[in-house]
Amino acid sequence: MNLRASAENAGSHPADAMTVKVWRGDRAGEFQSFAVPRRENQTVLDVVTEIQRTQDATLSYRFACRVGMCGSCAMNVNGRPRWTCRTRVDQLEAGPIKLEPLRNLPIVKDLAVDMAPFFDKWRRAHGYFEPGEHPPEDFAIVAPDSAERQTADAGIECINCGICHSACDVVSWNEEYLGPAALNRAWTLVNDVRDRGQDERLAAVSGDTGCHSCHSHMSCTEFCPKALSPTFSIAGLKRATSARAWKRLR
Amino acid sequence: MTPVLYLAQRGTAFVLAFAVTIHLVTIIYAIRGGLTAGEILARTHGNRWFLGFYLVFVIAAAIHAPIGLRSVLREWAKWRGRSLDLAMLAVSALLLVLGVRAAFAVYLA
Amino acid sequence: MIRTSHLKPGFLAAMLHRLSGIALAIFLPMHFIALGTALGSADSFQSFLGVTHNAFVRIAEWGLVTALGMHMALGVRVLAIEFFAVRERSAIVVSGCVACSLTVGLLFLLNGT
Repeated sequence: MNLRASAENAGSHPADAMTVKVWRGDRAGEFQSFAVPRRENQTVLDVVTEIQRTQDATLSYRFACRVGMCGSCAMNVNGRPRWTCRTRVDQLEAGPIKLEPLRNLPIVKDLAVDMAPFFDKWRRAHGYFEPGEHPPEDFAIVAPDSAERQTADAGIECINCGICHSACDVVSWNEEYLGPAALNRAWTLVNDVRDRGQDERLAAVSGDTGCHSCHSHMSCTEFCPKALSPTFSIAGLKRATSARAWKRLR
Repeated sequence: MTPVLYLAQRGTAFVLAFAVTIHLVTIIYAIRGGLTAGEILARTHGNRWFLGFYLVFVIAAAIHAPIGLRSVLREWAKWRGRSLDLAMLAVSALLLVLGVRAAFAVYLA
Repeated sequence: MIRTSHLKPGFLAAMLHRLSGIALAIFLPMHFIALGTALGSADSFQSFLGVTHNAFVRIAEWGLVTALGMHMALGVRVLAIEFFAVRERSAIVVSGCVACSLTVGLLFLLNGT
């Protein structure tokens, strides 16, 4: 499809154009309006790509796979954090489309955010496998239908898109809060029977920065495109850290 | 919030769930047809069960409320640090003192 | 203007729970002080209670009974999610909690004078 030709043609049919308000600049930026023609099977990613390629080449945004696998295209569409490649224009409410970068992360430019603090929280939550000082020589045998493995598998599909972190109010209110993605990953590792760093991990996910700051708003679970439930993973961390604290008190 | 504070708050929450249920049922039953001081005090005067119940209720509330308030103040008022913890201890002490006084007031009156 | 992403059961449950908790935390010392007036005599308690029989105070009392019921009902939901691993994410349960607490409030209003 020759977008440039289509754009020129569509310019003569203003009734088919929709208004798209896009955030420009960084935190001290503003919205800029564009008129984009409606097309069949259009996704919001198609819209923002058309703007960048045919109307304003200075617009910055991210995408990669464009088929709902990588999570790179995550941004706020009409106030909701979503993957733009999986958001069809005809499923949005009527009226102008509002595009903003993900919340709770520093804005690099326009619709692109700095993901470094997000991954930093991942590390701080010990969201990595700890083999211990003497890892076994051979493969560990972990039955896929064991309780722990099923619990870990329920949260393992996270691809770090940042939508849950954007949706979370506690992340907005409490800068040090590790957030749903990091804590969800920590929970999958708490349920990894091969891991040898459980005590340090449970300490890392405790307190004001950790699971105890979650108030179960469930925005993370509501918006996760992989249908994960960080709320319930964090509830699991609350139980695990409580059991550890109770053991130490006795 | 530490795991211990969290356990204290959720633990007292369980206690309060029972206490509040009993309290609400008692209130709604007791206020039928109006309520005078004499009627309230007639029920609570010298009644060790009521005293014991109210003391447990007060202690649980004095632990539960400040821990909850702490989260609210940290997140909405951006209050951090030692001063917040001390303020919450003060709230706890206030609730304890006033509450124990009230429990004995209706027991002794 | 409430964000569209906020019109969800979990968020509303958390806000009602938090706001009712704040109201109760403010009210509780006053409640204890009122009861403490019984230390004076039944008369001072009675005169205090007499002051509280106007319509405005009655509405405030209703609000507090409802707040107490709401805070507890929504709190029990949180305890279920946290300690009993209940995977609850529906509007039905939250609506049920709110409905129960409003019922308690109504019973309080109807049973009074």
